[in-house]
Amino acid sequence: MHRFANPTRFLRLANVLLPWLGVAAVLLLGSGLWLGLFRSPADYQQGETVRIMYVHVPAAWVALAGYSTLALSSLAFLVWKHPLADLAARAASPIGAGFTAIALVTGALWGQPMWGTWWVWDARLTSVLVLFFLYVGHMALTNAFDDPERGGRAGAVLALVGVVNLPIIKFSVDWWNTLHQPASVLRMGGSAIDPAMLTPLFVMAGGYFAVFAAALLLRIRALYAERRLRQLRLSLPDA
Amino acid sequence: MNGFLALIARDLRLARRQGADVAMTLAFFVVVVALFPLGLGPTPALLARIAGGVLWVTALLAAMLSFDRLFQQDADDGGLDLLALSGLPLAAVALAKAAAHWLTTGLPTVLLAPLLALTLDLPGAAYPALVAGLALGTPTVSLLGTVGAALVVGARRAGVLVALIVLPLTIPVLIFGVAAVEAGGAGLETRPHLLLLAALLAAAVPLAPLAAGAALRQAVE
Repeated sequence: MHRFANPTRFLRLANVLLPWLGVAAVLLLGSGLWLGLFRSPADYQQGETVRIMYVHVPAAWVALAGYSTLALSSLAFLVWKHPLADLAARAASPIGAGFTAIALVTGALWGQPMWGTWWVWDARLTSVLVLFFLYVGHMALTNAFDDPERGGRAGAVLALVGVVNLPIIKFSVDWWNTLHQPASVLRMGGSAIDPAMLTPLFVMAGGYFAVFAAALLLRIRALYAERRLRQLRLSLPDA
Repeated sequence: MNGFLALIARDLRLARRQGADVAMTLAFFVVVVALFPLGLGPTPALLARIAGGVLWVTALLAAMLSFDRLFQQDADDGGLDLLALSGLPLAAVALAKAAAHWLTTGLPTVLLAPLLALTLDLPGAAYPALVAGLALGTPTVSLLGTVGAALVVGARRAGVLVALIVLPLTIPVLIFGVAAVEAGGAGLETRPHLLLLAALLAAAVPLAPLAAGAALRQAVE
């Protein structure tokens, strides 16, 4: 990790990876959508609405992975003070918030026909909503200081405090017996989903993660350029 | 330990001499609670149903009002730097600040809540759960708020920001606090909810000051 704390080396790697991630995202999302919409069976109970799962579940996974990225970057920034880790944390939170919003909206679109309501205050939904608020709070806090360095450090502490929410989200469906269905993909005793539905789900998940990684690298690159620009402007004699 | 107690005593003395700050928070609590019967109509059955939630939410909002000043005042006059140099760990500074905050805003809220509950027709059986729940929950809120207050030292619009950061973290306290009041009103067992509130407090007492101390360290660096 320390090897890539060097911005030049990191940017070189990012420039190499970005096109590949872009191609992977397009291919995986394209084939995942095709598999999910046309090549997978309808559910015996849910009918065609089950296909919302292919856009909803990966978004929720990436929302959680995004917060882990944010928390790990924040930890690295607090411990080793790598400026690039600060940029990674700043880059991750709007993307994570976006995927959390996608998970909430697609969940609502699925909930309306299946549960008969757009929203319920069940444990899973509430804890994911809190995740969204944590992302928003992190974005607001990092940008609330005149000194970006100070904002980055405050945001990093907040990101680590918010980690308590991750296990709550994961286990909310087991601890509270409310409306959202319990874990069915990653669980003891193997997946409860038929391979015909599992394949498009994993392909879509691959696509989502590729989009996340590509967006993350793009944003880190842009934030780095922005910071360089700021430094150059401040160093001008008559700025 | 001496420094710890001296810091609490100092904050209490400051609060007593600037009594208006504490009074304003309590006045806010009363005024907002009074808005609900006016906004929803004075039907006793409706008010009795929502009283627990109204009191809890308003208590949370009232607590939020005072957090932006918790460390900002000290940061402005240089007191925070002296505290950082005093030899007292910053986590202990945060714990002392949280204790003083609870004594000046949390405790009065706990004492005032049953009076306001009278105006909302809260069922008699729910009073013990309301008071016990607030007594266990508001210290957790003070501790979480101390983390937020330490994070926003020096920020623009710190008052709004601290509420935005802290309120989502207080959701578990709110859930179990209101559940205790509802269970009490319905004649059910309130003990599980109160135990969960106590568990949250037991987790917050050691963890929140550590996070707040880390945040203060970033603020004084």
